[in-house]
Amino acid sequence: MVLSAVIAVFVPRSFWARALPRHPALAVPVAGMAGVVLPGCECGSVPIAGSLIRRGVTPAAALAFLLAAPAINPIVLTATAIAFPRNLEMVAARGGASLLVALLMGWLWLRLGRADLIRLPHRAHLDELPRMTAFWMACRHDVIHAGGFLVVGAMAAATINVVVPQQFLHDLAARPVLSVLALAALAVLLSICSEADAFVAASLSQFSLTARLAFLVVGPMVDLKLISMQTGIFGSRFAVRFAPATFALAVLVAAGLGTVIW
Amino acid sequence: MSRGTQAVVLVVLGGAILRASLTDLYLRYVKQGLRPFLIAAGLLLVITALVALGQQLRHLNRPECQSDDDGHGHGRSGPAVGWLLLLPALALLFVVPPALGADTAARAGSALTDRRDVAYPPLPPDDPAELSLLEYGYRAVYDHGRTLQGRRIQLTGFLAPGPDGEPMLARIVLACCAADGIPVKVGLHGDMPEGPANTWIRATGRWIPHTAKDPVNDADLPYFQVESWEKIPAPAEPYE
Repeated sequence: MVLSAVIAVFVPRSFWARALPRHPALAVPVAGMAGVVLPGCECGSVPIAGSLIRRGVTPAAALAFLLAAPAINPIVLTATAIAFPRNLEMVAARGGASLLVALLMGWLWLRLGRADLIRLPHRAHLDELPRMTAFWMACRHDVIHAGGFLVVGAMAAATINVVVPQQFLHDLAARPVLSVLALAALAVLLSICSEADAFVAASLSQFSLTARLAFLVVGPMVDLKLISMQTGIFGSRFAVRFAPATFALAVLVAAGLGTVIW
Repeated sequence: MSRGTQAVVLVVLGGAILRASLTDLYLRYVKQGLRPFLIAAGLLLVITALVALGQQLRHLNRPECQSDDDGHGHGRSGPAVGWLLLLPALALLFVVPPALGADTAARAGSALTDRRDVAYPPLPPDDPAELSLLEYGYRAVYDHGRTLQGRRIQLTGFLAPGPDGEPMLARIVLACCAADGIPVKVGLHGDMPEGPANTWIRATGRWIPHTAKDPVNDADLPYFQVESWEKIPAPAEPYE
């Protein structure tokens, strides 16, 4: 949230014009890779992406950043390596699959996305205000908007975490296709932070590595709290299209890559 | 939601976070290392609220100046959702959800799933040697008890009913917060501790070369031969 407010107030508009390639199709991979240097979890990247769009970054690039940043930063990849000490290829598979999905979604948005699908909540014109006033205002604005939706998502995830018995998953684990879908769906429902989800994936050891890769690729991109926050920041018309598309693409890429590796 | 109301919500939320992080309460929900971030976040929320209140007061004194961002233009799903921020704050202040315990241990699979190929150093020279459940498990299962043989060992955890109805010693391992908590379970033989689930126990005993599989996720369950045990109050830091 703070980072989002910093972007909204202290980074001039012209910076983004210079930092990103002019052509949107090229801006997508640059923005996606930028996620590598921003170690944060996925909750933070939603308001940041909102701020980027507000500051004139092409939406496709901001969305690629939104999807890539929580999955491919060094903290998350290190945690994955610690959680899978005997399958270090999981780190490369997770990073590669996540980046690929983020870029594909960015380019897909360039082809199919429409500007009117994104409706950022109204915010005052911060440019005209003194910087510190604007900074605190942006902070408050982001906390109230994104935070409220975060509570909705967290309540849903906590309920499901308690209601769905893990024993039920045991029966699905033996079926290759169903197990991938089951863990991808579980990632959506559990809504665990990307910095910690690798440990949970490691403990789901009754499932194949491919299924667990799907869990790790889907989790940071689509889950209940993210859908809720995206609804808050970008509007519901955006969220109902973006989340299912990302989910489908993430499952396909993870399943494909998993089949090739294992 | 007016600017003043938003400020009040933020003060309550920031205050609840500060109160939890300045006592041991926060340890029920996150790892110890996250404390500075919690305090910083709490302070930031309170400052944000105070600045908003200040603006509001100035605004009231000079009603002719233009309203900044509130009272207009918010979509239907606008900041009314901000009210929900009160829920976690009130829960933290008044309900105080308990730490994860036997219920999680019964529903989720144990953490011992992946061998770590590391050279396990000898145990500390204390007698009995104090080990975390995870450490005991790794040494017992994947190092075949090599460093545990012939030593008296002390384990601390809570009682959780095992799949066969016999109590197991369990503890929840956190990577970062309670949302990612995974249980580590140790089966018991010998002088079986008695008590309801979630009773905290300090058990002294020895390693035995017996293992089993967790029916939930096929993880390895090490066993421990209890020689003596005592009930203890729940530790300030309930997680490993």
